[in-house]
Amino acid sequence: MKPTSIISAITKLAKRFQLLLSIILLNVFALCNVNASPVDTFEFKDEATKVRFQILSKELRCPKCQNQNLADSNSKIAVDLRKSLYNLLQEGKSDQEIIDFMVYRYGDFVLYRPQLNKQTYVLWFAPLIIIFAFIIGVLLVLHKRSKAKQIDLSSHEQANLDKILNKK
Amino acid sequence: MKSVIRFIPLILFVLLGILLYRGLFLNPQAMPSAMIGKPLPNFDLPRLKAIEEKVGRDDLKGNIVLLNVWATWCVQCKYEHPYLIDIARDPRIKLYGLNFTDDRNAALSWLEQYQDPYEFSIFDEQGALGLDIGVFGAPETFVIDHTGIIRKRFAGPVNDKIWQKEFLPLIESLEAEMKNAEIAQGAS
Repeated sequence: MKPTSIISAITKLAKRFQLLLSIILLNVFALCNVNASPVDTFEFKDEATKVRFQILSKELRCPKCQNQNLADSNSKIAVDLRKSLYNLLQEGKSDQEIIDFMVYRYGDFVLYRPQLNKQTYVLWFAPLIIIFAFIIGVLLVLHKRSKAKQIDLSSHEQANLDKILNKK
Repeated sequence: MKSVIRFIPLILFVLLGILLYRGLFLNPQAMPSAMIGKPLPNFDLPRLKAIEEKVGRDDLKGNIVLLNVWATWCVQCKYEHPYLIDIARDPRIKLYGLNFTDDRNAALSWLEQYQDPYEFSIFDEQGALGLDIGVFGAPETFVIDHTGIIRKRFAGPVNDKIWQKEFLPLIESLEAEMKNAEIAQGAS
């Protein structure tokens, strides 16, 4: 056999092998494509309830693992709370009732979006007040500057100014 | 006026600095219980040692009730256990257990092996009562006063130091409260 024909045979084999390899890899990747978030096997009565479950479990914070919501966490308490969230939804409780249920037991802490009450007025309104204060401050400064530009010169000063400017 | 304005950024910076510096030393794990000041919710659960016997809120007898949440899957409960045996000797309090989402056989052999400090343990397999009082882990210890109001929740294992610092002052003030209530009742 000529050396060239050997090489061509090898390349042909490699090409065939490449196809096989890519098929294998594709299958492996397809198998690897699992959902990373904890999956519970809840069966909802309808699609709307399922969506509400997903929204609420993202809005509610896990009390134990403090920087995760119920949907993300796999700690014991998060699993339990997802279960009770599911039960409450199946019982037909409204979103507000569920939030009240959780807040009664775990405090405002469980909400990622704090409710509007006496304790949270500062939290909600301070940014607005700061923005308004900033805008007013800027307007005041601008107003002052525009005023400062209109300086009335006396006739004597005007004559002096002209003289200096004309010297050039 | 102008010189004051010039210092405003510095003042703001210092204030922000103080705020953030304080934040460095706050314990993010220290969470107040939402249940403090609320009555202990009623329940209907079996006793751990006598599964056919259901108990409720009124079965937690005693002027000052300590409800200790424990489970065999909880490592810190093991650490806490000898202290609970000590605490249970205090005549002013009654210590009850809440066996939380646990395996009954494991819990029973735990009590056999390490002694049982509790008047009795409530067997809360599904964590229903735990959910109702905002338990998020074990161990946790609740203090319930003579009127059935939850006065304190301590999350984490109890030891001598914590007992003296966190619990004894409350127990003393509760004793005083009860005495005052008695006097008020006697007077009326």
